[in-house]
Amino acid sequence: MNRFAAIVTAALAVLSFGLLAQPVGTVGQPGELHAIFQFDGQAYVRDSILDPTGQYYPEDKFRGQGFATFTYTQGGLRAGMRYENYQNPILGYPQGFKGQGIPYRFVQFEQDGFDITVGNFYEQFGSGMILRAYEERGLGLDNALDGVRIATRWKNGLQIKGVLGKQRRYFSLGEGIVRGLDAEYNLPWKAGAAVLGGSFVSKYQPANDPELNLPANVAAGALRFNLAKGKWSLNSEYVYKANDPSFDNAYIYRPGQALRSTLTYRTKGFSVQASAKRIDNMSFRSDRSAQQFDVFVNFLPPTSKLHTYALPALFPYATQINGEQGGEIDVVKAFSKGSWLGGKTGLTVALNASWAESLQKSPVATGVPIGAIGTDGYRSNWLERGEIPYFRDVNVEFRKKFSKKSKGMLTLYDLRYNKTVLNDGVADAVLLANPGQDSLLTVRAAVAEFQHTLPNGQTLRYEAQWNTANGFRGDAVMGLVEWTVSDRWTVAVQEIYNYGHPSVGRRIHYPILSLIHFSGNTRIQINYGRQQQGIFCVGGICRVVPPSNGLAVSFTTSF
Amino acid sequence: MRIFVTAMALSLATSAFAQGLPHAQIQTLEYKTIDAASVNNDGKPMVVSFWATWCKPCISELNALSDYYEDLQKTTGVKLVAVSIDDARTSAKVGPFVAGQEWEYTVLLDPNSVLRRAMGVNNVPHTFLLNGKGEIVYQANKYVPGEEKHLIEAIRAAAVGSSETTPAGTPNH
Repeated sequence: MNRFAAIVTAALAVLSFGLLAQPVGTVGQPGELHAIFQFDGQAYVRDSILDPTGQYYPEDKFRGQGFATFTYTQGGLRAGMRYENYQNPILGYPQGFKGQGIPYRFVQFEQDGFDITVGNFYEQFGSGMILRAYEERGLGLDNALDGVRIATRWKNGLQIKGVLGKQRRYFSLGEGIVRGLDAEYNLPWKAGAAVLGGSFVSKYQPANDPELNLPANVAAGALRFNLAKGKWSLNSEYVYKANDPSFDNAYIYRPGQALRSTLTYRTKGFSVQASAKRIDNMSFRSDRSAQQFDVFVNFLPPTSKLHTYALPALFPYATQINGEQGGEIDVVKAFSKGSWLGGKTGLTVALNASWAESLQKSPVATGVPIGAIGTDGYRSNWLERGEIPYFRDVNVEFRKKFSKKSKGMLTLYDLRYNKTVLNDGVADAVLLANPGQDSLLTVRAAVAEFQHTLPNGQTLRYEAQWNTANGFRGDAVMGLVEWTVSDRWTVAVQEIYNYGHPSVGRRIHYPILSLIHFSGNTRIQINYGRQQQGIFCVGGICRVVPPSNGLAVSFTTSF
Repeated sequence: MRIFVTAMALSLATSAFAQGLPHAQIQTLEYKTIDAASVNNDGKPMVVSFWATWCKPCISELNALSDYYEDLQKTTGVKLVAVSIDDARTSAKVGPFVAGQEWEYTVLLDPNSVLRRAMGVNNVPHTFLLNGKGEIVYQANKYVPGEEKHLIEAIRAAAVGSSETTPAGTPNH
């Protein structure tokens, strides 16, 4: 009942503030409340084939977590809160979440281009490479700032934002203080769009290390521009971070740098995009000893296609924050109806290629190992290739509509996946000292999807997937059938068979049966079956999920 | 518990009078920052659909509506605003993706989910229909094939409603 009391109190606080206080500028204006409720629970079944030793089987057998978010808006006033309850976070979730409370509450007021927030807020400067406070609830990521945010916008196209606060770390706050300032200017250019931006971010964390002279303040700066004219656009951002010895970089004093540029040509039915990036020692957290996903000040977006089909998604790429260089090319062409390739209904082809590799590294002085603690770490030449390949991906997707009632998609993949780096997290210095010891997998995959509307309005969707890999998980095949019975009910059954696992005992089946029910804005999903051990990603951030078997329930509603 | 329900009922009652999109800084495909509150359709119905390049049901929904969009625009004056919640990783791909789909929609970027949070959107797809007065008259937080028919009916109803109450071409802000 305490939980309810907390929700009620907080909701009333938010509402009464909004409804009764009536600050200047909102008098007489109608208000609007939005709310989101979500619950996820899982009952685990002991599965001696999936997990022979029982190491992943939780003692508590059932785990559940949920949250409720309220946002109230009235004119320029907005207030909100989120109550979260993680009694026992479901397997694979960051276990630091254990607990409950109201870790998110804020009041924001906006009038005449002036915007102030007190409490929790999310923010992004530029592409986020210098500062990004965000949430990804599906993964349990939330580094919201708790403090003050002030933003102003002038009619001439200038916008300035300032933030000050501490970052959320599960049900408490990180130790460091984050301060940031960002300015963006839309140039008055009639022929196209030109946006210039710059940011300054600094963190403060007391330092008293007996051996290393650690900086208490670490500053970073960034410059960016976006240019667009007609069919062309070019955008780029560069970030520089002062020396920031941390657990991530093994306490080296080398400054950090990041550069990312994207050139796009886009016209109806055809586009080409090319990106290049270089990231060097850019882990930026408000606590120098933090690990995993805790208290990141910035977000370094991976430049590779996000694979969403189950089997290719088992080999995901995640940005190597300590250093990487790479690029990506994307070509999309829609062959229109009536053309030779388009046929009667048209055909879309999307080609994507990307690669990422280590930075070239050489010692700072003779006799000093690369990455030695307390040194500048290494030297690196921007123009040289790195020694360690991380990832390479070439994929092509064909999308075809056969008729009003049916459509299909075929995707072919050719990946090189450095399992030692991307899955096991082994550092460059270790691999450079033991050349040839990393496991570079060749993964080939094919996915076909077909959707067909039946005469009674029901829909059937099928997926067939296959992949081969020379090691690690080995070869697998998957099938899925999804039957949309009505706009309230969907039933799906899927089966993965890991028939080519290098270890014969792991050549097992992973069946999952799903039932999804919609009612108004409420969605209930029930899954029963085996969940593979793997890396689960949303929007390019990934976390490791242990194998499990059981019944999972997900409930969400909103208004 | 009763207080809670009363509070909810009270707030629901007020929500019906809300006008237009809330204040939130979002971007155009040219990366120009704009205020979502300035996005409107001159007193005619407007569909606001939250989607992402990695969300298959979202793309199915937008493709399904695309078949009817030209006719709907002529008969109802509706405008569809597709708000992508793709983050820094995939937001650069939104423009090329839209080019490949040949959509005629107004596409906007919400890379750090500012508008998404302000409108209480948990997951994508989530589609709102605003009538000519900017009131939310229909919403769906999922898409299953065939569901576009409900939205199209609602658009037609909203168009009739807005022509009765709001003279055509009158801005709603």
